Amino acid sequence: MALLDVNVVSTSTTMWQGKATMVVAPAADGEIGLLVGHSPLLSVLQAGRVRITADNGDRILIDVTGGFLSLDTDQVTVVADDAELVAQA
Amino acid sequence: MAGSQRIYRARIKSTQSLKKVFRAQELIAASRIGKARARAQSAAPYAAAITQSVSALATHADIDHPLASERKDTNRVAVLLITSDRGMAGAYTANVLREGERLIESLTEEGRTIDLYVAGRRGLGYFQYRGRDVVKSWTGESDAPTPQMAEEIAEELLSRFLAPADEGGVAELHVVYTRFINMVTQQPRILRLLPLEVVEGVEPVDEHEALPLYEFEPSPVEVLDALLPRYIRSRIYSLLLQAAASELASRQRAMHTATDNAEDLIRTYTRLANQARQGEITQEITEIVSGADALKAS
Repeated sequence: MALLDVNVVSTSTTMWQGKATMVVAPAADGEIGLLVGHSPLLSVLQAGRVRITADNGDRILIDVTGGFLSLDTDQVTVVADDAELVAQA
Repeated sequence: MAGSQRIYRARIKSTQSLKKVFRAQELIAASRIGKARARAQSAAPYAAAITQSVSALATHADIDHPLASERKDTNRVAVLLITSDRGMAGAYTANVLREGERLIESLTEEGRTIDLYVAGRRGLGYFQYRGRDVVKSWTGESDAPTPQMAEEIAEELLSRFLAPADEGGVAELHVVYTRFINMVTQQPRILRLLPLEVVEGVEPVDEHEALPLYEFEPSPVEVLDALLPRYIRSRIYSLLLQAAASELASRQRAMHTATDNAEDLIRTYTRLANQARQGEITQEITEIVSGADALKAS
């Protein structure tokens, strides 16, 4: 099964990196859910929580204060101004 | 003769304590440089992601944004010099300042008015001593810049670039910094940061892969509005980090040379001191022998 290649970076470091089945992010006009095969997207992020469902079933929650998100060819990059890893389980 | 011996001993002592200072500075710089490079490395993914997005945007949307367009209404330009807070780094600050002066001269010849911005105490001192106006300066973090300071600098310069001409707006922003190539080579560089030259300034991500057609959320303009200031901020931060690594590398090298020179001096003075001591002994023997001879003869 195809998976999303997810990369969450903040100004100073890489927060999380790995394969995922789904990413939910607080886009400008409300939450947006991304699955494999989504069309290329460049979106501004509001302050909120990014939820990642990893390929092994782990759920990763990351709080961001703002930033943007880019997706192309199943490669998701969340660029956060400031991010905090809330939970990983 | 006894005097010269004492002088040599004193010089050896003071050179020895100087050598300790140099050695300590060298070790401090060496230990910090690893951290500085690690910091530059951990900021790299962010910079790469932002650069990729900006270049994607540039190829898909007609960029018509204040940050990317030339300003003709003012001939005021801003120059930011990134120097060090402390000396003991060889010609590090001097090189940046020389490159900066050259840039300032050529801009002045074009009839531009220059607003100076300085990061680092050494650069600030240079301009203050010469009685030249510095619009704003940032000091205290030249060897370990924080994202907060980069943001402050970016905020200030962006607001000046976007300000109207009669409120001191600037048409261009040039940055003079030192590029870290490797531990032995660092080069002072001039970079025009604003207005943005997005298309040329960005390396193609992968030439063989066509860039995808993007959807923009909520709209291309708003994405641009959010992206470009971040791009500038991340550029300034990475320039500061490079400058910091360069500063530490040149400090380490300068202090290493200074330590070697101190050792040379100590060796020379030790030889001279030994010579003086030997001379003294020879003289004393001569005096005693000739005294005894004189007594025998009488």
